Amino acid sequence: MSEVSTAKKKRVELLFAAFLLLVGIIVFVDASQLHVTYSQADVVGPKALPYVVSGILVLSAIALAITVMRGNLAEGEEGEDVDLSQPSDWKVLLPLIGVFVLNLLIVNWAGWVISGTIMFFGAATCLGARRWVLTLVISLALALGSFYGFYLGLGIKLPAGILSGVL
Amino acid sequence: MGGFASALTPINLLFAFAGVLLGTAVGVLPGIGPAMAVALLLPLTFGMETSSALIMFAGIYYGGMYGGSTTSILLNTPGESATVITAIEGHKMAKAGRAAQALATAAIGSFVAGTIGTALLVTVAPIVVKFAVSLGAPSYFAIMVLALVTVTAVLGSSKIRGFAALGLGLAIGLVGMDPVSGQSRLTFGFAPLVDGMDIVVVAVAIFAIGEALWIAAHLRTSPARTIPVGAPWMGKEDWKRSWKPWLRGTAYGFPFGALPAGGAEVPTFLSYVTEKKLSKHPEEFGHGAIEGVAGPEAANNASAAGTLTPMLALGLPTNATAAVMLAFLTMKGIQPGPLLFENEPDLVWALIASLFIGNTLLLLINLPLAPLWAKLLKIPRPYLYAGILFFATLGAFSVNMQVADLWLLLIIGLLGFALRRFGLPVLPLILGVIIGPMAEEQLRKTFQLSAGEVSGLWSEPLAVGIYVLIAFLLLLPVLISIIRRKRGTGSDVAEALLGENAAGGDQTELAEPAHRNEHSHGAGRNES
Repeated sequence: MSEVSTAKKKRVELLFAAFLLLVGIIVFVDASQLHVTYSQADVVGPKALPYVVSGILVLSAIALAITVMRGNLAEGEEGEDVDLSQPSDWKVLLPLIGVFVLNLLIVNWAGWVISGTIMFFGAATCLGARRWVLTLVISLALALGSFYGFYLGLGIKLPAGILSGVL
Repeated sequence: MGGFASALTPINLLFAFAGVLLGTAVGVLPGIGPAMAVALLLPLTFGMETSSALIMFAGIYYGGMYGGSTTSILLNTPGESATVITAIEGHKMAKAGRAAQALATAAIGSFVAGTIGTALLVTVAPIVVKFAVSLGAPSYFAIMVLALVTVTAVLGSSKIRGFAALGLGLAIGLVGMDPVSGQSRLTFGFAPLVDGMDIVVVAVAIFAIGEALWIAAHLRTSPARTIPVGAPWMGKEDWKRSWKPWLRGTAYGFPFGALPAGGAEVPTFLSYVTEKKLSKHPEEFGHGAIEGVAGPEAANNASAAGTLTPMLALGLPTNATAAVMLAFLTMKGIQPGPLLFENEPDLVWALIASLFIGNTLLLLINLPLAPLWAKLLKIPRPYLYAGILFFATLGAFSVNMQVADLWLLLIIGLLGFALRRFGLPVLPLILGVIIGPMAEEQLRKTFQLSAGEVSGLWSEPLAVGIYVLIAFLLLLPVLISIIRRKRGTGSDVAEALLGENAAGGDQTELAEPAHRNEHSHGAGRNES
């Protein structure tokens, strides 16, 4: 590991500490704006816990920043398929998030069968599937299967969208 | 016995069978654990009988343990921290051509431990309930604080990151309308947030979306190779060397699982160290000693049974799967807590009976079919992780059919990704979400009872004992480091505290068993 990449890692982690601090401040401000009338039956009131939570967040943000500055960096979570020798691969991650957002934008209009097919196909492709036809067949089967499975098995009607007359 | 009658109905047997099959599958599959599986299935269970769904979840919970050990033995990449030890010795055995024996001792050991553990659950839970109904709000609040502090500060490698995760979880738990004052907290004017964040969405986001994104960003280009294996079996010598570790592992696993801190890591580790010490073949450890698989595997499964004790008797979840199962009960309008046994005896006893049945089913489907399960490891990763995303989206969407839920799923999913990226443990967060609101309720009750006096917090002896214990747990690392510094002078206390860890390895692991030992003494006293 070069020194440059350690410095960069530190910066990213400090950013995360700043995020924690921000959440802590938001919780504090939100709690301070609650209007409470004193009541004998509820001495603690709705503000107490948010203040404690905000305290935990702010303190741990500061402590995290200090330990990161001292060079105590985070280790990513390990797993069976996780290769930590490489940094996060944004070329996989961003398209994956894109596919997810696309689904939620079009699900009501296009219907679950179409949006779900696109989502599975897109996600599998982002992750490295290269057998297009097979992937497409699996995507369609999953989307159609879950649509009818939910409808017939659970009585849950997923949106049919533009295919509403067909399905 | 009535429990067996209702658990043995064909439909419930079917769900138990589906549960153990699914559980074994998700245990074997990389990237999916029992907590994620239960979270993904939550939306499907809205229309189901509560007992059937719970029986299925219990099957998944136990099945995940069996499947997980198969993966760690054949692949040497433990999916969860509780199977790290199994991976050490089990994979060495597999490499030496003894995969069949490793799988056999793991499966039979899990069966033995699971059955004894469930029997202990049957004995202990009603006693805890009898004791728990006499407790008031101050004690409950103290127990909940203890659970949160221990999972945050005692487990895991970084306390700071643990507390950060706890804070985030508590903050998520705050969102929505305060039940007492009717004020909206952290809703920022969004109407969908007033009812609080849907626990299904949060669980699916943290366990499924966060995990899938994290793995996707670090996907191995060439998945690790598995060792081919035939049907598991054991010779006479293996039985002779396995049965004592099974029982000792069970003895470690159950009490640790039953404590408010829960956790399977510590008992598996303790069991490993014990077996190494007691073994007639200590030189085999590190090269595939069967005792090193038998003991920790039994400890792992017994702690799973132990974990169900505080969940059923106190309504207190201590691991991720139990937390999601508890969320399911709440969703179904069932009040978890000591009254559960009284109000829903059919449900509880059917669940417990199904644990015995599920355990037997697991042994039957795991012993002869292990080679088949191992084939699951060959599933192409793009389809596996795309599938997780697909079903997570489907599940979260089907709850309310609201696109807003999908945005929430994405945002919390990204938070789940950040947790994994920045080394924050997931458990404190999810327990914060679930226990946070419960603890707040008890806190307010406490002050209501004491008419606003702070002293109400320690108005019950158990509460006092627990606060002392919490203080002790938090101060212990400081104490240990002081003792360490003086260790040169030959302090007996230091030897006692550190001695059993000598076999351990690195420093972070060293401190842990010492904590937990003290802890088990303390909690044992409180419970008796």
